[in-house]
Amino acid sequence: MVRSQTLSSRLTDGIILLVLTVIALTSLYPLWYTIALSFSDKAAANAGQVTIWPSGFNLTSYRIILDDEKFFRAFGVSVKRVVIGGAINFLLTVVMAYPLSRNAKQFPGRNLYMWFLVFCMLFSGGLIPLYITITTLGLQNTIWSLVLPGAVPIFNVILIMNFFRSLPKELDEAAVVDGAGPWYSLLRIYIPLSVPAMATVTLFSIVGHWNSFFDGLIYMSKPENYPLQTYIQQLVVNITPDLMSQMSTEQLIELMKASNKTLNAAKLMVAMIPILLIYPFLQRYFVSGIVLGSVKE
Amino acid sequence: MKDKRTMLQYHIMLSPGIILLFIFSIIPMFGIVMAFQDVVPGKKIWKQAWIGWDNFAFMLQIPDIKQVVINTVLIASMKIIAGIVVPVAFALLLHEVRLSWFKRTVQTIVYLPHFMSWVILAGIMVNILSLDGIINQIAGLFGADPVMFLASNKWFRHIIIWSDVWKEFGFGTIVYLAALTGINPSLYEAAEIDGANRLHKLRYITIPGIMPTIVLLTTLSLGNVLNAGFDQIFNLYNPLVYSSGDIIDTYVYRLGLVQMQYGLATAVGLLKSVVAIILIALSYRLAYKFANYRIF
Repeated sequence: MVRSQTLSSRLTDGIILLVLTVIALTSLYPLWYTIALSFSDKAAANAGQVTIWPSGFNLTSYRIILDDEKFFRAFGVSVKRVVIGGAINFLLTVVMAYPLSRNAKQFPGRNLYMWFLVFCMLFSGGLIPLYITITTLGLQNTIWSLVLPGAVPIFNVILIMNFFRSLPKELDEAAVVDGAGPWYSLLRIYIPLSVPAMATVTLFSIVGHWNSFFDGLIYMSKPENYPLQTYIQQLVVNITPDLMSQMSTEQLIELMKASNKTLNAAKLMVAMIPILLIYPFLQRYFVSGIVLGSVKE
Repeated sequence: MKDKRTMLQYHIMLSPGIILLFIFSIIPMFGIVMAFQDVVPGKKIWKQAWIGWDNFAFMLQIPDIKQVVINTVLIASMKIIAGIVVPVAFALLLHEVRLSWFKRTVQTIVYLPHFMSWVILAGIMVNILSLDGIINQIAGLFGADPVMFLASNKWFRHIIIWSDVWKEFGFGTIVYLAALTGINPSLYEAAEIDGANRLHKLRYITIPGIMPTIVLLTTLSLGNVLNAGFDQIFNLYNPLVYSSGDIIDTYVYRLGLVQMQYGLATAVGLLKSVVAIILIALSYRLAYKFANYRIF
């Protein structure tokens, strides 16, 4: 595209760059502020002296976290959950997407399975019935209560299924002529050809497992079984709504002042680190992955 | 190619997932009968007393319920509108930039908040919005009195809506950016030869070019009118702002799991599910009609 370099056009370009820079900084600032807070002196942070740079730089908060057994136990529960949950999500996505990517002629019954999946995706019994099912099965306080209810990521299955369908059929046909069965086709043809798409959905499921807190809150009755996000959630709002409803605004202000801002900020930071670590890898894939899933011809 | 061995393999491939879905999706659906029972916790589900539609009748009489529904629809609709307008505007701005390194950097930064949980972001927001937080400090420079944002019914909804926009706008642009790169560049060249300036090109080429995507995502978002965002509100609200921020999902949580009113909570949840599924079916039908969209 050829652009005329008139003065007004350049001025417009400049304004656009400026606006975008401001937006980007606004996106980043809350995270930056938390980093600055976590490295600050406790008194300075509570006095509201932190704006851009840490005030009274020190590492006390991080030293406290290193000694905090509860924090590490919660971190461990989350890591375990991500590994088990992510693996199950991946296996089920791949293994279910393949037969569903056959058409109804190749696989009678395919449409019946499809409708079953869509029905389960759109309709649910709701919070209370699921809660009762989990407790009746005795899954409370086990990692399975966090992993199994969402073991089949139906949306991802449909996404990968659509991806498989877009691959050239000739490859599969050639393999079948050579005597390949479904497992061989899946492992040797379909999986190698769809690495980016599967990386996208797997990384999303990892992020999902890492970030969820609510199932940990309702299915774990013992705090030592809390995953990290639930642990932090309890820490940030470590006071029950019932108690809070009896407090006046002034009491609430006092409560918020008493919280250890720098320590909480450091905990938030550590909980963000895994996401920040996988983000660069994630970013490579997800743009194509999302476009693939949302807009289909 | 319909030999029996292959068919059997297909069924085996599907069976683990189907069994898990049966246990964790289908079985809980039978729990919906609790909406028609006077549930006493601890008692077996088939031994509970049947009370017909009483839970639903009682639900309509709860004084809070009207406000809860209003809050839900209001917050969700505002999020839907802002969640379309802001990403489209941002994508259009970004599309005007030709420095590819700048474009990439901005994109990388604005996508990031999407991957943070609401637990983390709520923790961050409590710091920023507190009485001595940065927002009140800046407002103080202009002579404003400090505001306790998260305890103020006047501000709470704004905070919910705008923090959601802040978290998701970058991610929302991805689809629009893809649509923008799909516009044929020769259209711009032709327009330039005809003497079109930037605004002309925006109005006659760029916006019509992404209109199908805008229409599609708008229709699909209709299904979310009852989803105001449980994780976000649950982590940010407190009893002082129930009147402006309590939504159906948080209300069901308190009614059901905190106050153990299983029957009533299931009834409220069921009503929400039924309305939601009608809206989703409607939005998919519209999306198919207007944009030829199908999920499979």
